Amino acid sequence: MIKRNELSIKESARALRSGEITVRELWDACFEEANNRNSELKAYLELFATEDEAIMSAQRRIDKEGDMAPLLCGIPVALKDNILIEGKIASAASKMLGNYIATYDATVTEKLKDAGALFLGRTNMDEFAMGSSTEHSAYGATKNPHDTNRVPGGSSGGSATAVSAHMAIASIGTDTGGSIRQPAAHTGLVGLKPTYGAVSRHGLIAMGSSLDQAGPLTKTVEDAEIIFKTIRGNDPLDSTTLPSDVYKEEEPPEKLRIGVPRDLLDKGVDSDLLNVFNKTLKALVAEGNTIVDVELPSSKFALPAYYVIMPAEVSSNLSRFDGIRYGLASRGKTLLDDYLLSRSEGFGTETRRRILLGTFVLSAGYIDDYYHKAQATRSLLRSEYQKVFKEVDVIAFPTTPSPAFRFGEKSDSVSMYLEDVFTVTANLTGMPALSVPMGSVDRDGSNLPVGMHFTAPHKKESLLFSVGKDVEVVRSVGN
Amino acid sequence: MVTKEEVEKLSELARISIKKEESDSFIKDFGAILDYVGELNSLTLPSELSDVKMSLHNVFREDKDPTPSGTWTKKITDAFPEKEGNALVVKQIISHD
Repeated sequence: MIKRNELSIKESARALRSGEITVRELWDACFEEANNRNSELKAYLELFATEDEAIMSAQRRIDKEGDMAPLLCGIPVALKDNILIEGKIASAASKMLGNYIATYDATVTEKLKDAGALFLGRTNMDEFAMGSSTEHSAYGATKNPHDTNRVPGGSSGGSATAVSAHMAIASIGTDTGGSIRQPAAHTGLVGLKPTYGAVSRHGLIAMGSSLDQAGPLTKTVEDAEIIFKTIRGNDPLDSTTLPSDVYKEEEPPEKLRIGVPRDLLDKGVDSDLLNVFNKTLKALVAEGNTIVDVELPSSKFALPAYYVIMPAEVSSNLSRFDGIRYGLASRGKTLLDDYLLSRSEGFGTETRRRILLGTFVLSAGYIDDYYHKAQATRSLLRSEYQKVFKEVDVIAFPTTPSPAFRFGEKSDSVSMYLEDVFTVTANLTGMPALSVPMGSVDRDGSNLPVGMHFTAPHKKESLLFSVGKDVEVVRSVGN
Repeated sequence: MVTKEEVEKLSELARISIKKEESDSFIKDFGAILDYVGELNSLTLPSELSDVKMSLHNVFREDKDPTPSGTWTKKITDAFPEKEGNALVVKQIISHD
């Protein structure tokens, strides 16, 4: 029999309603696994031990409301350490916020609480969500459960490992340039970056405000859909959220037109991974979908544009951490020393590098060449995608150019940044994107999962769920 | 390429000090990153985009229903590194000598 902590959200919800298991049993199964494996995998920075009241209240709600209770009621989930839960530490895996206790709930947190979800703990990440491996956490790197010599991806690596190793039923991450989708691909999970503005950013520790979105990491596409529908919605506390009436309930077409930009896959993609990608595409065609060759000629400028816009926003967002009002407070002789010491001791190397880079691209004399050019590139990408979406429903890539890499393998910045080459465009254009497991490749005796990435037009998450479920079907037949 | 002086100037602007032993690797990394993002220079933008204002608009809410005074005070002051009553203690900025 499948262990309780290995269930999906949908399966757990069914078992809870039928009385097959209790909320307490489901919680204990996840918590025990998390407790047993965390010293090895470092998925969690902290496990929450005292959730008795929430557990009992979820059980009462299921007993009383039965099928009317939200599907997430009583489901133990893990939250990335940059999402605020009132009364708990939210450190963004940084020394800067190691002692910071959240004074309020993020809107995402509030919506999950309202649905009756339970929080197992806060998960490890790259410091302030800057990185693609979780190696930049100030509290030690998370490991990939499929091969512990390898990274789980990042920055939501802790959230990915927690679910992949069955230390939680599902988790929430944040995605600024691929930080949900890339770790989901590396750990065999489904990861969704919603349309910009679909999910409120209120109470997320900001990295790149025009790029950040929170979203689910789950075992199935259906689970991702359940969480997405729970956490999305207009929020007066985030003026960039979309009005509530823009999501129409509509059935996606049964057969989809899938655009594939072939010329972007010619070089730099691992050949085994590309084989799995092509095999999956073939199987999707056999299911009645159509493949359309598309061209996105400005794509190669996406990552350079991202590495201008993101650090610019990082340098502005992180200027609030000054060692004065909260967080790390180192003291020197003068007030200037207080700032310098706090910011230099509080931020890790990658964070400081990006703050300086952002300061550079925004400085007089460079802002036109870098920042304004990058913003224009962003508009160009958006219009190119919009044009292609007149011909196709979704656009497919591999999520990553290669499977999970070894710790320390990408020690220079640019090679690490290239991990996000396929994922950043969706953040720049604000379009929703999904990574779904498509199979695995062998590396040194390990079976490493690889992901297929789909982008859809704004507000068309429904197309992503539809094609994602197709991939799940052809994958199970293929195996 | 960036020079040592430029990196020092940036660290001053950003209120971040860089240790001597880190300085070289920062300059090297910076050079590599700027070379990479410099690829943007080879992109010729279509004329209708070159002076683009992103299709953005401001969203305002009415300035009403303020939070009752004191609602957050304790939570916020609890996070102060040093305080006197509800006041945050900081260093004297203007000196008299």
